[in-house]
Amino acid sequence: MEGAALSRRSVTPARLEWQVANVADVRAETDRTRTLVLRVPAWSGHRAGQHLDVRLVSEDGYRAERSYSIASAPEAAAVELTIERLEDGEVSPYLCDVLQPGDGLEVRGPIGGYFVWTTMQPGPLLLVAGGSGIVPLMAMLRHRTHADAKARANVPVRLLYSARTWMDVIYKDELEKLKSDADVSIAFALTRESSADASGFRRRVDRAMLEEAAWPASDMPNVFVCGPTPFTESVASLLVELGHAPANVRTERFGPTG
Amino acid sequence: MADSPFIARGFHRHRAADPANRLPPGQYETNDFPVLSAGPTPRSSLATWDFTLRDEAGNTLRWSWDEFQSLAHETPMVDIHCVTKWSKFDTRWEGVSIDTLLAAAREKGIGEGAFVLAHCDGGYTTNLPLGDVTGGKAWVVFSFDGAPLEPEHGGPARLLVPHLYFWKSAKWVRGLRILQHDQPGFWEQLGYHDRGDPWKEQRYQGDP
Repeated sequence: MEGAALSRRSVTPARLEWQVANVADVRAETDRTRTLVLRVPAWSGHRAGQHLDVRLVSEDGYRAERSYSIASAPEAAAVELTIERLEDGEVSPYLCDVLQPGDGLEVRGPIGGYFVWTTMQPGPLLLVAGGSGIVPLMAMLRHRTHADAKARANVPVRLLYSARTWMDVIYKDELEKLKSDADVSIAFALTRESSADASGFRRRVDRAMLEEAAWPASDMPNVFVCGPTPFTESVASLLVELGHAPANVRTERFGPTG
Repeated sequence: MADSPFIARGFHRHRAADPANRLPPGQYETNDFPVLSAGPTPRSSLATWDFTLRDEAGNTLRWSWDEFQSLAHETPMVDIHCVTKWSKFDTRWEGVSIDTLLAAAREKGIGEGAFVLAHCDGGYTTNLPLGDVTGGKAWVVFSFDGAPLEPEHGGPARLLVPHLYFWKSAKWVRGLRILQHDQPGFWEQLGYHDRGDPWKEQRYQGDP
């Protein structure tokens, strides 16, 4: 990693300009999350795992900015964001409750070049999501579905997705459909689910669960972990304990971004 | 863009005003201390920890943990600004000024330069102009809010360069290379700005 970090840049990159996207559609996902379908006029394309910045300016000139992970595959026609509503937040309630199809939304991106994955990266893929940390990982799963059968077989994937309850699982139907691919395995860890009907583990992600549901370190998977800070911190440490090379474990932690 | 901002229909301020103008553009204040890092948190033993300054000729000055602790301490209280948009006011740190380290380096005949590249456990690097780490503006800190710095916040020691976005305050720092020419570090190669002044909103490559 350090060797790569010493290469010199040869060209000055262009500025990521703010632009007004059109909200083409909105889609409720769960009680607390909503997907925005955006038509971005000058979108340069993104890689699965990247995010973009949103800027809101009020009539009186007040300005708020936040970053949101991109949920859609690079191959998709529109750029989709899935936003979790934080009740005491300022931006997420606006995006979840106020913004409507036909509105404009100022964005710039894509941003981030480390927490990214393409089907060109050989080897198994391990995705570990906590809550709305599923969003950038969903972009990776969706990107994978666009590859041909041979390419998909080269990147078998295991997803371990921790949510409070079955009702909090985002993209439920789509994840269920993905299971028809023999090279996709999905396990849920539901930390506050009381119903016996829902499938999956009934506890927080722990070492035994990772041993059961994740690729072993000997398979040298590319690992992406995204979730709240304590979740990500814990899972990444456990994976290192289980023998995964730290350089193969990429993390995206999020704190409260209301 | 500044002439005719796009108004978000129905958007209103919810957060308190910032009368002292302590928030750089696009930032919001948090009382938490969020964590941002690219991979697992490295765990360093103080027994093997060291801090090195090295010039381009390879001349090196090295401090063990105990030697480092014997240098003059300072206790900066500063505002910090993360590129992911949060800012935190009045954070209290304890550490050694980079001025102190560079003065020791000069005495030992370590060559001078115009830039530094910080290197860290885990392979992380970040680049800084020398002028941004001298003149009482930057430290290597090992204590936050009166307690030893937690590993997830960069302990045992991290850089503190509070006038730049917080990714420049590299966690788990182990040394500085003194360079004649700027050399982009980890995030800087991945699209983030080479200098990162929050007041100019220099978040990404290409920002003015």
